[in-house]
Amino acid sequence: MTDLLTPVLSANWGDEKSWDIAAYTASGGYAAIDKAFAMTPDEVTNLVKDAGLRGRGGAGFPTGMKWSFVPKDNPNPKYLVVNGDESEPGTCKDIPLLMASPHTLVEGMIIASYAIGCHTAFVYIRGEVLHVIRRMRHAVEQAYAAGHLGKNIHGSGYDLDIIVHAGAGAYICGEETALLDSLEGRRGQPRLRPPFPAVAGLYASPTVINNVESIASVPCIVANGAAWFSSMGTEKSKGMTIYSLSGHVARPGQFEAPLGITLRELLDLSGGIRAGHELKFWTPGGSSTPILTGEHLDVPLDYEGMASVGSMLGTKALQIFDETVSVVRTTLRWVEFYKHESCGKCTPCREGSWWLVQLLKKFEDGVAEEGDVDKLLDVCDNIGGKSFCALADGAVACVTSAVRHFRPEFEAGYHTPAYELFPYGRSALFEVAEGSHA
Amino acid sequence: MSGHEFQSFFPESGEVDMTDTSTNIDETTMAELRELAGRYPQPRSALLPMLHLVQSVDGRVSPAGIEACAQVLGITTAQVSGVATFYTMYRRRPAGRHHIGVCTTALCAVMGGDALLDCVEAKLGIHPDETTADGAFSLERIECNAACDFAPVMMVNWEFMDNMTPDKAEQLLDDLSAGKDVKASRGATLTSWREAERVLAGFPDGRADEGPSAGEASLLGKGIADAEGWTAPNPEVTKL
Repeated sequence: MTDLLTPVLSANWGDEKSWDIAAYTASGGYAAIDKAFAMTPDEVTNLVKDAGLRGRGGAGFPTGMKWSFVPKDNPNPKYLVVNGDESEPGTCKDIPLLMASPHTLVEGMIIASYAIGCHTAFVYIRGEVLHVIRRMRHAVEQAYAAGHLGKNIHGSGYDLDIIVHAGAGAYICGEETALLDSLEGRRGQPRLRPPFPAVAGLYASPTVINNVESIASVPCIVANGAAWFSSMGTEKSKGMTIYSLSGHVARPGQFEAPLGITLRELLDLSGGIRAGHELKFWTPGGSSTPILTGEHLDVPLDYEGMASVGSMLGTKALQIFDETVSVVRTTLRWVEFYKHESCGKCTPCREGSWWLVQLLKKFEDGVAEEGDVDKLLDVCDNIGGKSFCALADGAVACVTSAVRHFRPEFEAGYHTPAYELFPYGRSALFEVAEGSHA
Repeated sequence: MSGHEFQSFFPESGEVDMTDTSTNIDETTMAELRELAGRYPQPRSALLPMLHLVQSVDGRVSPAGIEACAQVLGITTAQVSGVATFYTMYRRRPAGRHHIGVCTTALCAVMGGDALLDCVEAKLGIHPDETTADGAFSLERIECNAACDFAPVMMVNWEFMDNMTPDKAEQLLDDLSAGKDVKASRGATLTSWREAERVLAGFPDGRADEGPSAGEASLLGKGIADAEGWTAPNPEVTKL
């Protein structure tokens, strides 16, 4: 029986100067590189496939399979691009990982790049996290100085350069093809697929794009074996992963556990909902994953478990909201986010998210009209699945799921403002004057 | 009046401010822009970092900065402007010495972010997207900054100021006004927005070793596992 929590990626986060190469190497870091170099690139890819590692950025696509899609006969350079544009509301796992242990990512990038035959790899980090970018650049410099990067790494004959790239504020750049456009110095707008990035990605060359946590999970797989990794987790969701608990809980924070732990278990470990309150609704993996309620506390937090209740595992960003929170207010805020972040390329998303905000504001102010709930769902129906990328789907998922679970609360918006039903100050962590509805 | 006049719902969007042509870009800046362009397999990939550098020099994306980027990359000024106006970190008007961000995306908003923004607006006497008359502070209503376990979140020059309250925010702003040293919750001693932009562009300031490895919330699960004696399986056992 595996333990309830299994710190692997987060095991060194509390170490003295954990971000420094000396501390990382002292705890066994960079040893997996030589093990990988002793294998053929295909053997490394197969190892990651056998381990059952699935993408930790939201979609859950098998990482090793993604690597194997890179065509061997394509004469162009191959590229690895690590997606560190962590911006999905609620998601806060890659940032602490990069802050505390950037070398884990560097080591994973070396192994992944070797597996796909890439000699120039990129880390795209959102620009709004200055210290994380400092730590990552510093780690890459240290890795060069130690001979883990550059020419003929560890005498293997293999060369690799890593470029750390700061974004400039655009949620859409977390979408992999928008990220590629952004990395090419353009507006970050999604591309139509096919061609898929594995065939024509960065500079129209074969490109693998993986989430930070996915690549950071590679060194431990190489070091400890596929059987070790897949001994954790559930049948189709293997390994350990980082769950981020935030919101109205007694103690928010990061928990590294085998896939399939439940929210009830995580709440039990962390002291439950904040004192004197009870759970109202939560997201399993960021605001783009349909919300769930107290009846879903015992559903395994893995890819299949979340799909079975009409949601998605996403980024494992568990945002917890208690009974003081207006679901209308929260939904409006999320949709305002999507409206702001819509890149404008697809009309249903660009215009539809704008209309959703107008409608939801009426609900918040208690001036929606009879039948507006159906109108809201109808607008959603004209956005979801009708745009290039998943931003549009995320924008409507929070609305449709909120209506599904809390329709009467939306209908109350026909006559009563949300801030009268749920005085907003009561949800805050500090004293806020009654009647304030900023 | 035809009754069909165009009304923009995005009064703040639009092009770079071409009326203010002042600039500090000199030969050193041009050399650094060229250096950034040389770091990538294809020079245009450097455009985002180059615009960060322009902001660090000119305090905003300036017309001269656009010209400079276009010249170095061999693309048109329209292409550069198109990029500069797409990303929210690029400013069309000068930022303050310190750039304050208050998160008001759903989770932070309900946990106090909205009230926090009210408090900061009142304290500074400005609204989001404005800069104080003395140029000391600019304010932005930011979106989720990936620190939800430290909500409500405030950022200063893109450094984390975790678990913020109105009282702490007022103290922080007073300290910054007084020129005192202020440390980020998980980061370095605060510098200035322009210095931060220079680091983002790709010119390190040697502060990576400042600050903690992780915040308390980041270490919560690890701490519980340690207390319970929980670990990942022993690889020697799973090999069998």
